[in-house]
Amino acid sequence: MEIKVLGPGCPKCKQTEQNVKDAVAETGVDATVEKVTDIMEIAGYGVFGTPSVIIDGEVKSVGKIPTKEDVKSWLNK
Amino acid sequence: MAEECCTPGGNIMILACSGGSNVGQLSNQAAIELTQEGFGKMFCLAGIGGHLGGFVQSAKDVPAMVAIDGCELGCAKAILEHAEIPAKNYLVLTDLGIEKNKDFNLKAEDIQKVKAAIRSACE
Repeated sequence: MEIKVLGPGCPKCKQTEQNVKDAVAETGVDATVEKVTDIMEIAGYGVFGTPSVIIDGEVKSVGKIPTKEDVKSWLNK
Repeated sequence: MAEECCTPGGNIMILACSGGSNVGQLSNQAAIELTQEGFGKMFCLAGIGGHLGGFVQSAKDVPAMVAIDGCELGCAKAILEHAEIPAKNYLVLTDLGIEKNKDFNLKAEDIQKVKAAIRSACE
């Protein structure tokens, strides 16, 4: 599983990345987590804002910090 | 990094039908000018219509939105319904008394009227 966290690097982005990493660790899912900070690459996903979370190419959340439980629910689908 | 380098909480998503009539283009012009004035941020309705994931999820997650249709055909509203996105604020420009036609020489007074109506719809 490939997870991308889109965001230039403010506290909201960092919290999102942490929640994603915690969810991955707690579920034991085999996944890589990549932080994407390049504005042009972020724009390529067509998102209105950041932080955003992409799992295996599917945009899961935009412009908000998902909770760890949110992320777990996406990982378990 | 600044505390708020990401999306500011109050940013309004502006979705215009941008259709092929005076009222469609009035929706487009008003969306452009409101974006330039910092009222909100115009977003790509075509991306939602194409069911592109980033666009659809953005519209679902955004806290504040206004959808603008030029006429009662309601294309913008229909696009949102197809994508199962609730139109949080919505207006139709012919309801403002602007007659639909094919004259693309937009009147400044009509643009101002539309912008004021959009601002009111978001209050």
